[in-house]
Amino acid sequence: MADAPDNTAASALGDVSHRRDHGTAQLELRGITKQYPGVLANDSISLAVAPGGVHALLGENGAGKSTLVKIIYGVVKPDAGEILWAGEPTMINSPAHARRLGIGMVFQHFNLFDTLTVAENISLGMEGAGDLKSLAGRVSEISERYGLPINPHQHVHALSVGERQRVEIVRCLLQNPKLLIMDEPTSVLTPQEVEKLFVTLKRLGSEGCSILYISHKLEEIRELCDDATVLRGGQVVAVCDPRKETPKSLAEMMIGSEIPVIKRDDGAGAGAPRLEVTMLSLASDDPFGTILKDIDLTVRAGEVLGIAGVAGNGQKEFLMALSGEKPVADNDAVKIDGRACGRIGPAARRSLGLAFVPEERLGRGAVPEMSLAKNALLTGYRTGMVRRGLIQFDRIADYAGRVREAYDVKSAGVDAEARSLSGGNLQKFIIGREIGLKPGILLLAYPTWGVDVGAATTIHRAIMDLKASGAAILIVSEDLDELFEICDRLAVIAEGRLSPVVNNGEITIEEIGLWMSGDFDTAARAEPAGAGEAADAR
Amino acid sequence: MRVKLEPRVASSQWMRYGGPVMALAATVIVGAILFAALGKNPANGIYAFFIAPVTTLPGVADLLVKATPLVICAIGLSIGFRGNVWNIGAEGQLIVGAVCGGAMALAFYPDDGWYVLSFMVLAGMAGGMAWAAIPAFLRSRFNVNEILTSLMLTYVAIELWKYMITGPLLDPGGSSFPQSREFPPGTLFGVIFESARTSVLFAVAVILAGWLFMTRALQGFKVDVVGQAIQAAHYAGFSQRRVVWLSFLVAGGAAGLAGLIEITGPIKQLPLKFTPGYGFVAIIVAFVGRLHPVGMTIAALLMALMFLGGDELQFELNLPPAIAGMFQGLLLFFVLASEVLIRFRIRVIRSARRTAPEASQAGAGE
Repeated sequence: MADAPDNTAASALGDVSHRRDHGTAQLELRGITKQYPGVLANDSISLAVAPGGVHALLGENGAGKSTLVKIIYGVVKPDAGEILWAGEPTMINSPAHARRLGIGMVFQHFNLFDTLTVAENISLGMEGAGDLKSLAGRVSEISERYGLPINPHQHVHALSVGERQRVEIVRCLLQNPKLLIMDEPTSVLTPQEVEKLFVTLKRLGSEGCSILYISHKLEEIRELCDDATVLRGGQVVAVCDPRKETPKSLAEMMIGSEIPVIKRDDGAGAGAPRLEVTMLSLASDDPFGTILKDIDLTVRAGEVLGIAGVAGNGQKEFLMALSGEKPVADNDAVKIDGRACGRIGPAARRSLGLAFVPEERLGRGAVPEMSLAKNALLTGYRTGMVRRGLIQFDRIADYAGRVREAYDVKSAGVDAEARSLSGGNLQKFIIGREIGLKPGILLLAYPTWGVDVGAATTIHRAIMDLKASGAAILIVSEDLDELFEICDRLAVIAEGRLSPVVNNGEITIEEIGLWMSGDFDTAARAEPAGAGEAADAR
Repeated sequence: MRVKLEPRVASSQWMRYGGPVMALAATVIVGAILFAALGKNPANGIYAFFIAPVTTLPGVADLLVKATPLVICAIGLSIGFRGNVWNIGAEGQLIVGAVCGGAMALAFYPDDGWYVLSFMVLAGMAGGMAWAAIPAFLRSRFNVNEILTSLMLTYVAIELWKYMITGPLLDPGGSSFPQSREFPPGTLFGVIFESARTSVLFAVAVILAGWLFMTRALQGFKVDVVGQAIQAAHYAGFSQRRVVWLSFLVAGGAAGLAGLIEITGPIKQLPLKFTPGYGFVAIIVAFVGRLHPVGMTIAALLMALMFLGGDELQFELNLPPAIAGMFQGLLLFFVLASEVLIRFRIRVIRSARRTAPEASQAGAGE
C-alpha cells in the first residue's frame, strides 16, 4: 500500500482514540464467557470496536475467535457476559436480529446457491428485498460504489471464489450495516485480490462502518487495522495497535512464546523421479466442480514440491487422483517409481509406497469414534500389524504410542477416540502415522492448517527428515509463507490447470499471486524447456 | 430450571454397556404398569413372563430351540449393520433357506443317510445367500436402497413358500393340506435333551466366529470403518462394494441356516407357517445386543424367553399372545433411547442467566 491510504488510516486512528475517550463504542463486549464440554472457548472476553474503526481479532485456530463472533452474530448464546450495541445492553437472539441491528457477517464458507443468479441469491436471505429488478439495480450501484465488480444477473456457479466473496460483502452492504464482521476473508484470495479488498474495507471504515476483522495473518492486520485484540486459549492476552508492533511481536503475543525457526536444507539435490504425472485429466462428478486438465508434474526423490493456489481450484480433485480415491481413465497418467497406477485404488497405491495426509482430518484421515490405535491400523495394516487376518493389538497400540510420543500428541492415551482430540493434535497424529510408514512418496494437504506454531515446527522438521531419506514429497497449501519456507520447487494450481514448476527463490510472491488467478500461459511460453512445452510437443 | 442434553467429550463406556440393562429395567417397570392396567397382579405377570418359562428342563430346552435361530440370524445381520448395510429381509432369506434345505431332503426321500443332512445344510445356506444376493446386486450395481428391496423380497419369499408347499413339494400322500411330507428321521439333528438338538452347536460356532470376525479380524475392522466413516474407508482403500456383498452373503447364509435348523428340529417338515418372525426379531436382537456377539447372545436368550413368556401369559393369565411382541418392542425402544446417553449426558441447569446489574458491575472497571 502506498502512503495515501496510510495517511487516512492514521487520521482514522486519531479519531478512534478520540472517540475512545469520549464517545461510545459501536460494539462493546464485557466479560463474555462460553463453556463447551471440555473446553472453555471464551473466558471473560472484553473488547470494544469504535465507530468506523477496523478492529482485528487475532489468534491461532482454537483460540476462541469463531465462538466469539458467533456470539456477536447471535448464533451462539454466551453463558455469561454482556453485549453493548452503541452503548445499549443488548441480547442478540438470532442472526436475523443481528442483521436488524446493523451487524453484517461474511463467513469463511459462503452460503450461496450455485444454480441461482447473484441477485436471486441476495434476495433469498434478505428481509424486504423488493422485486428482483430493483434489487439488481441496487446491487450494481453498491458494487460500483465500493469497487466490488459483480454482475447481478450472473449465475453463482460461474463465479470465482473471490467474486463469490464480493457477493457476500454486497449482500451485507445492502443492509447498511454499522458493523461488518469478516471471518478470515483473505484465505480464498490471491494477493492482488487482497489488495482490492483492503481498499474497499478502508473506504467502508472511512464512511463510519466498523469492521471486525478476524485473521491470523499478521502482515494483513498490520496493514489494515487500527486496533487489535489478541486471543489465546479463550482469553484476551493483549490489546494493541498493530501498526506499532512487528509481525514477530504479534506472533509472540498470539503464541505466547518465541517462534522457533526451521532451516530448509537445499543442498541435498533431487534424485530419480518417484511420482510422475503425465497429461492427467479428470472430469468432476459435481456439475460445478473443477475438472483437472492436462496436468504434468514430476516429484523426485529427496525433494519437496509445493503447490499453491486459491481454495477450490482443483486441489481436492488433484490429490484424490493421486491418492487413488478418484482413479483416472489413463493408467499411465500417474506413475509411482515408474509403475503406471492411474487406474488402481488407494490400497494398491499405498502398497507401492504412497502415503497421504488428507485435507479433512476427522472422518477421512481418521475414524472419529475409533481409538488412536485403531486409527493407526487404518493405513498401517500392511506393516506387520495383522497376522493371518487377525489384528495384533499390541502392535497397533505400540505404533500409535510411538507416534504420540514423537509428535507430542496430547490425548488420553492410545485408546482415546480420535474425535476427542483437538484438530491440531489429530493432525499431528495423522502426519506422524503417515510419516512413520516410511513412504517413498508422501502427499500432504494443508499440513499445518490449524496447528500451533510449535507443532508446525515439529511437522516441518519431520518432513525435512523424510526428504533427507530420499522420499518425494508433494505439499498442497494455501499458505504461501509455508510453501516458500519448506519447498524446493513450486507450482500453482488454478482452475484445474497446473502452472510451470519453478525453483523456490526464482519466483516472487507477486508472480505466484498472478498465477493463482490463472494467468500463467504467458509465463509458460516464455520459460525455456518448461514442463508446459514438453506437454505441448505431444 | 431446565434439563439439557449435553455432548460428552468421549463416549461413555459405562453407558455403552449399562444402557441395555437400564432399558431392560424400564421394560419390566412399564410391563408391570401394563399388567396392573389389565387388572392382573403385576408380580404374577412378571413372574409368568420372565421366570416361569425356565423353571423346568423342557422350558430351558425350548429356550435354546428358540434362541438358536435368533442368535444365528442376528450375528449374520450385525455385520451388515456395523458396515451401514441395512438388510432387514432376513425373514425372507430364512424362508428361502428352509425351502431349499427342505427340497433337498425331499429330493433324497426316502434316503436319510448322514450326507443328506450335510447337503441340506449347504442348500439352506446357499438358498439364503442367493436370496440376499438380489438386494446386494441392486445396491452395489444400481445403488438401489437395500432397506426397501430386502424387505419387499421377504413378501416374495412368503409367496414362494406357499407355492412350493402347495405345488412341487406338496405331501403326495396327504389330503392336499398345504404342507410337505415329514422328513425321514436321519435328516434331523440329533436330540441332546428334551427338545434341544445338536443344531445348538451351530449357534455356538456362529457366536465364536462372529466374535473373532468382529473384534479381531482385519476384515471386520474394514467393515466398521466403512460403517462409521465412509470417506475414511475410501481414503484407506477399503471397498464399500465388498462390504455390501460380504454383509448380504453372510447374513443370507446365516438366515438360511437358521431356517434349515428350524425345519430339521422342532418342525420336521415344511408346514404352512413355521417362523414366528425370527428374521425380524433378529433385528431387535442385534440392536439390543449392541451389535456385539456377547450382547447378542444375551439378547437372543431374552427374546426367546419373551416368546415363551407370551405363551405362558396366554395359558396362565388369559392374556393375548401379542403381549410378547409388545415386550420385545418396548425393549428395543428403550435400548435405542438409551443410546443417546452414550454420546450425551443429561444436565440439570438451575439458573441459566446472570443478572444484569452483576454483569455491568463486572464491566464497570474498564
